[in-house]
Amino acid sequence: MFSRALWARQIAPLRRQAIAPFASRRSVTTDAASAHAEDIPQEDDKPFTVRLSDESFETYEIDPPPYTLQTTKRELKKMYHDLVSIRRMEMAADRLYKEKKIRGFCHLSTGQEAVAVGIEHAITKDDKLITAYRCHGFALMRGGTVKAIIGELLGRREGIAYGKGGSMHMFAPNFFGGNGIVGAQVPVGAGLAFAQQYSGEQTATVALYGDGAANQGQVFEAYNMAKLWNLPIIFGCENNKYGMGTSAARASALTDYYQRGQYIPGLKINGMDVLAIKAAVQYGRDYTVSGKGPLVYEYVTYRYGGHSMSDPGTTYRSREEIQRMRSTHDAIAGLKQKLLDWEVVTDEELKAIDKDARSSVDEEVAEAEKMALPDPTSRILFEDIYVRGSEPRWMRGRSVDETFYY
Amino acid sequence: MFPSRTVVRSFPRWFSASSASSGSARLNVPIDYKTTPLLHHTPSSLATSLEFPRSASTKRLNLYQSINAALRTALSTSEKVILFGEDVAFGGVFRCSMDLQTEFGSERVFNTPLTEQGIVGFAIGAAAEGMRPVAEIQFADYVFPAFDQVVNEAAKFRYREGTTGANVGGLVVRMPCGAVGHGALYHTQSPESLFSHVPGVRVVMPRSPSQAKGLLLSAILECNDPVIFMEPKVLYRAAVEHVPIESYTIPLSKAEVIKLGKHLTVISYGQPLYLCSAAIAAAEKAMNGVEIELIDLRTIYPWDRPTILESVKKTGRAVVVHESMVNYGVGAEVAATIQAGAFLRLEAPVKRVAGWSTHTGLSYEPFILPDVTRIYDAIQQTLEY
Repeated sequence: MFSRALWARQIAPLRRQAIAPFASRRSVTTDAASAHAEDIPQEDDKPFTVRLSDESFETYEIDPPPYTLQTTKRELKKMYHDLVSIRRMEMAADRLYKEKKIRGFCHLSTGQEAVAVGIEHAITKDDKLITAYRCHGFALMRGGTVKAIIGELLGRREGIAYGKGGSMHMFAPNFFGGNGIVGAQVPVGAGLAFAQQYSGEQTATVALYGDGAANQGQVFEAYNMAKLWNLPIIFGCENNKYGMGTSAARASALTDYYQRGQYIPGLKINGMDVLAIKAAVQYGRDYTVSGKGPLVYEYVTYRYGGHSMSDPGTTYRSREEIQRMRSTHDAIAGLKQKLLDWEVVTDEELKAIDKDARSSVDEEVAEAEKMALPDPTSRILFEDIYVRGSEPRWMRGRSVDETFYY
Repeated sequence: MFPSRTVVRSFPRWFSASSASSGSARLNVPIDYKTTPLLHHTPSSLATSLEFPRSASTKRLNLYQSINAALRTALSTSEKVILFGEDVAFGGVFRCSMDLQTEFGSERVFNTPLTEQGIVGFAIGAAAEGMRPVAEIQFADYVFPAFDQVVNEAAKFRYREGTTGANVGGLVVRMPCGAVGHGALYHTQSPESLFSHVPGVRVVMPRSPSQAKGLLLSAILECNDPVIFMEPKVLYRAAVEHVPIESYTIPLSKAEVIKLGKHLTVISYGQPLYLCSAAIAAAEKAMNGVEIELIDLRTIYPWDRPTILESVKKTGRAVVVHESMVNYGVGAEVAATIQAGAFLRLEAPVKRVAGWSTHTGLSYEPFILPDVTRIYDAIQQTLEY
């Protein structure tokens, strides 16, 4: 009986998807180039309006954000530069891992770059961000350098966490990692938001997790506290359709992750369109900072690679699916097309941006590769227990009878 | 005849050749799993090991293949055995459940959401109804959301069932543990001592493919306590040996004397046994006439005190080795038991060689974990004491 009941539960989501009357519902597009703009000014800094696709958002207990976005040519070019930089950096990490120069666990965000870029362009440097292990792009956007991020992956002293953390343990100013345990960062994010509220800062926290982590109990505990105390937090589910090797529908009773806050308003966003993400997060930030409470966002996105370096990513989804997303929904290609259509840049200018982003990433990667390996000294072992400069005179060592003097 | 303590102190005869020959660089070479005496490289060595049927036909398997074989055996033995966890349907990240869904169907072998607390709680409920659920936690580092379920539900189940007779025997929570050299903070930990603090669960860690199959089948099919079954993940591919094809069990809570000796007892479990074996070989070679006993605890809780005490009463010296942190570790419990139970026979303080009390940063694992040199030094110091 037991196993039968379970079986029924497992296939239920599939069956429901097959027959549910979805036609009557508007669903979010993942078209990366669905926005429109006209009358683009000549000047780089003169604002103009972009009209987002009607299918950019789906709402839950909330009015949608405005479907228009104020931007400038300079910002659009910067966004494009950022997207290309992240992808180039992830490709470098991929290569270094395959060359066995990067050891350990490594999860790449290729395909999902628009989420990191869109959020960063919507929040301020004083807002807080916390995410899970797929964190390289966020570390870069929050102010990390390619050199420090790749240096970290290589375990070098000049790495963003002094080479002590590796892939999923990166911090940057107002970026609280980089967390290796799925879901564990979400209640920590609620704590960040509580501190912001308590100290009267007019800032918000963006706490991100994947569609896999969305089923962790502590995510719901965080929802409850955030709503109970009206914390300035935007929970954000990066739904890339697969929690490791299990598709969302096989792991989640409700795959509408933006509705999972139940008593928290939610928004589903085209996570391949960097402009839609910016519009949504800008709107959500204002909403939550003004004291209206938390939000649950879902960024519909896609990872091109496997879950980690040891997952080829093709055992649980078809190569055609990956190819289709890459060739028709790519965030970089989408923005590129818009920039050309709207004549924000010429072909040549765009190529120059591409070239500049790639070569500056490549240069920094090369510098990181040249960094020396750390010395195995106890001085290095004992640093960073305290904030540098605030160490006590001595510290108990690796066992009770060992003492290290700073 | 083993010399008395005073003789050892004044005439350390086996140390004369040792000091110059044990440069750490030479001792800390990678473990050669193809030649280590801890693995059965031939069917005959397996047969001479008393706990296996002598006539058994064997197959060379690595650790993940033997776990897979044990799971297959368990699933075919009893309809009550079910297997689930994150990504187990397509084999799990370490391939331990390869092809089992195809063979036994998705009613019995299935994926769960990423929800460790849920996985273990769900398994406890199933076990309470008489199922024999095998729940996989993808890495031991991920088990902590489920700690409440293990400590407060599984471990206390029989204690609080009143007169209903309900129990969760048959529950097995499998998890890969331990360092591989580059796991950093969240893919390296070995939390056996945390679970061993709590009466009510058994904590098992096998050292090899043939041990793993017998112990796992024992845990799933025979044990009437919930079992935490920890698999040293560095051995999944590295350790290859002959494993009986037939079903067999190895009793839980029974240690095994792997190698007999007279002068010192080394007690360990899981992967560090290979380091111990190498350190013992080096020490015996360098120190003329010394014979060191090596014991695998196998079950860490409740553990086999008589075997350890009997050995230490014989040798008078003990070194405990484990990979997880030294503070409040298994070594502390073993050392305390030895001093309480073999005090008058002890010739030296019990020494612990274990991971240092710090977190395993990506590039620092080799400095934190016990290695052959540290074990060798501990053996030497304990003998010289």
